[in-house]
Amino acid sequence: MSVYGADKRHHTLTVLVENKSGVLARVAGLFSRRGYNIFSLAVAPSDNERFSRITIVVDVESAPLEQIIKQLDKLIPVVSITELDPAHSRERELLMATVDAGPDTRGQVIQLVGVFEGKIVDVGPDRLTVMLAGAPSKLDDFEDLISGYGIVEMQRTGRVALPMLERADRAHPRPGTTHDTEKAG
Amino acid sequence: MELTGAQALIKSLEMQQVEVMFGLPGGAILPVYDPIIDSSIRHILVRHEQGAGHMAEGYAQVTGRPGVAMVTSGPGATNVVTPLADAYMDSIPLVAVTGQVATSSIGTDAFQESDITGITMGITKHNWLITDGADIPRVVAEAFHVATTGRPGPVLIDMPKDVAIKPMEWYWPEPSDLDLPGYHPVTEGDPALVREAAELLLAAERPVIYAGGGILKARAAEALRELAERTGIPVVTTLMARGCFPDSHPLCLGMPGMHGNYTAVTAMQRSDLLVALGSRFDDRVTGRVDAFAPEAKVIHVDIDPAEHNKVRRADVAIAGDCRLVIDELLFALGALGLPHSEATRGGSGGAPSDAPPGAPAAAGSVAASFPRQRLVPWRAQLSEWQQRFPLVYDQQPGSGALKPQFVLERLRDATPDDTIVVSGVGQHQMFASQWWRFDHPYTWVNSGGLGTMGYAVPAAIGAKVGRPDRTVWAVDGDGCFQMTAQELVTASSERIPIKVAILNNAYLGMVRQWQEMFYGERYSEVYLSPDLPDYVGWAESMGCVGMRVDSTEEVDSAIDKANDIDDRPVVIDFRTDAFEKVFPMVAAGASNDDIIVDPSQTGGDR
Repeated sequence: MSVYGADKRHHTLTVLVENKSGVLARVAGLFSRRGYNIFSLAVAPSDNERFSRITIVVDVESAPLEQIIKQLDKLIPVVSITELDPAHSRERELLMATVDAGPDTRGQVIQLVGVFEGKIVDVGPDRLTVMLAGAPSKLDDFEDLISGYGIVEMQRTGRVALPMLERADRAHPRPGTTHDTEKAG
Repeated sequence: MELTGAQALIKSLEMQQVEVMFGLPGGAILPVYDPIIDSSIRHILVRHEQGAGHMAEGYAQVTGRPGVAMVTSGPGATNVVTPLADAYMDSIPLVAVTGQVATSSIGTDAFQESDITGITMGITKHNWLITDGADIPRVVAEAFHVATTGRPGPVLIDMPKDVAIKPMEWYWPEPSDLDLPGYHPVTEGDPALVREAAELLLAAERPVIYAGGGILKARAAEALRELAERTGIPVVTTLMARGCFPDSHPLCLGMPGMHGNYTAVTAMQRSDLLVALGSRFDDRVTGRVDAFAPEAKVIHVDIDPAEHNKVRRADVAIAGDCRLVIDELLFALGALGLPHSEATRGGSGGAPSDAPPGAPAAAGSVAASFPRQRLVPWRAQLSEWQQRFPLVYDQQPGSGALKPQFVLERLRDATPDDTIVVSGVGQHQMFASQWWRFDHPYTWVNSGGLGTMGYAVPAAIGAKVGRPDRTVWAVDGDGCFQMTAQELVTASSERIPIKVAILNNAYLGMVRQWQEMFYGERYSEVYLSPDLPDYVGWAESMGCVGMRVDSTEEVDSAIDKANDIDDRPVVIDFRTDAFEKVFPMVAAGASNDDIIVDPSQTGGDR
């Protein structure tokens, strides 16, 4: 089961916000009261201590992306919003899972983690905790395969993303569209 | 200079030229009330904090300046939630200052603690919890800046008690000291889009200007008039925009929407170009959205870009201040060859003409030349609708039941043209909006978006405080009046001589109307007694003059008597017909094409 495949319902917004208390509540509150669905949300300090970056994967079927962006932009602590089209951005996510891995299956689980270039971070008598960082679709594939062994517990961080860099061989580079020139009153 | 946080807060309000605030003290805000004694700011002590919020709104709506309400923590703060939500819906600049428990107690469920910044996040433009006294002047300056610029709206400043007590070093911030890196409201429209809009305007055959409350917020009434007169395009004024374009003007079609008049509603439905200026395609205006104005292209000017394409996709969406964009539009129209009209700004100015509402334009004036010539068939069609479907009611003379519309017409004719009318929410509000003739901006104050019953009395008090030179009449329903009438005690003790006309039909009239029309006349919990309370006795106990009017013959003398009283509030209990309904009506969820006119206009019985 794919939580976030690369289908067209999802868009990633990276939102630069003032690093003040209550900002996350304002953003989350806006989504809930306007009926916008969030698929994932990741918050962390940015390279400037005045600001934090919120990466939100939104469901654009719950509301038009234009409305979501414009309403977000009206929040006073929101400084800028960059819309990242999945086809023109690098998206990564971290997955951690504790998996059943008794003597019979342990070797297979370790092998599978190796194929996906993941890591074993904890070992118990009949369980392993593994981690994997990568593109969300890769994590989806891993999750599908590993679930056959029995997932005891799993966490995914939600994705973070940056626009693709311009390259000489790419005729029409398309960095993210930044909405910070005009602010709502 | 060292001040306490409380002194700094009051001084900051003084620096913002606040002349009056409405409030009620309590434990957590106590320190802030002490320096009020020595302040130049007039404080009006309300009887319930909701009243403080609505008074501040009424004040703001008639003066264009931010209203200020000050209350304590916990229940004081939650009692201003309704006014904040109301001001958020109607884009009214309102600054609420709430007391808060000491910072060390926040989060401990302390006495009279409530998370008011959390509660009001969704109904304020922004709010602040001050945790450091050094932030006070800057936060006050930011709060007023945010409340009054861009799309205006309410803000809230939460002031913990210890921050108010502790000393701080006074300063006053320069504009560049404001810490709002994410707030840059737009003002001027994109010239390319303005030109596109101008071209659409000149090409349209059935255009309608759909003027909303943004015209008043932008102080764009004169600019709107010039646009209408130069182009000859008729204007509908929404509930929030009544008065922004004179009802007596030949191009004025009056109010559209659920209880709008037939011509205003149908003009929009048949239009080929809607010029939405500071209006937001509210569901009360559009009816069923997918059936709204099906043939119309849309130009949408709004200072809040989030309104564009929210309800209706715009062909040209211009983000900007209505006054500036209309001026740009006029310039662009001139560049495209549209001549100036004879009667524009500086001519007849804002004065009303003598023409009755809806009268066709005098030949040779606005309809004289290009592109107005193109609009002649459209204007003729509008005139025909106006003649076929005027607003009507049937007042039987003598002892027949008193019609609310009759009362409003008599009241309208007996008061000065620039009288400020304030209403609550329900039938009386719709009757007032329909039957008053608004010829001046800022003469109509009501709760539009939120539909807050009980708005009229406190908002009228705030309006009278803001414009003491004007006559202020609250037109209220009996249900609404009972919600906030206690503020008449405030009005009496503060010598604020408002006048209140209660259209007392002994029902929650609008709900009753819906139950009659859509619930098979099953009346559920809508009956209020005409005599309980005794409105005259109640008014007099609150220091007002109270009068009661039962029949048509008593109407004029009571109004005249009320108009002559200027030293105390007056309340008239008009006993009106409980069975009168507001028409026209577009049923909830119905298309505007299915407008229900007065039964007398379809040949049926009333």
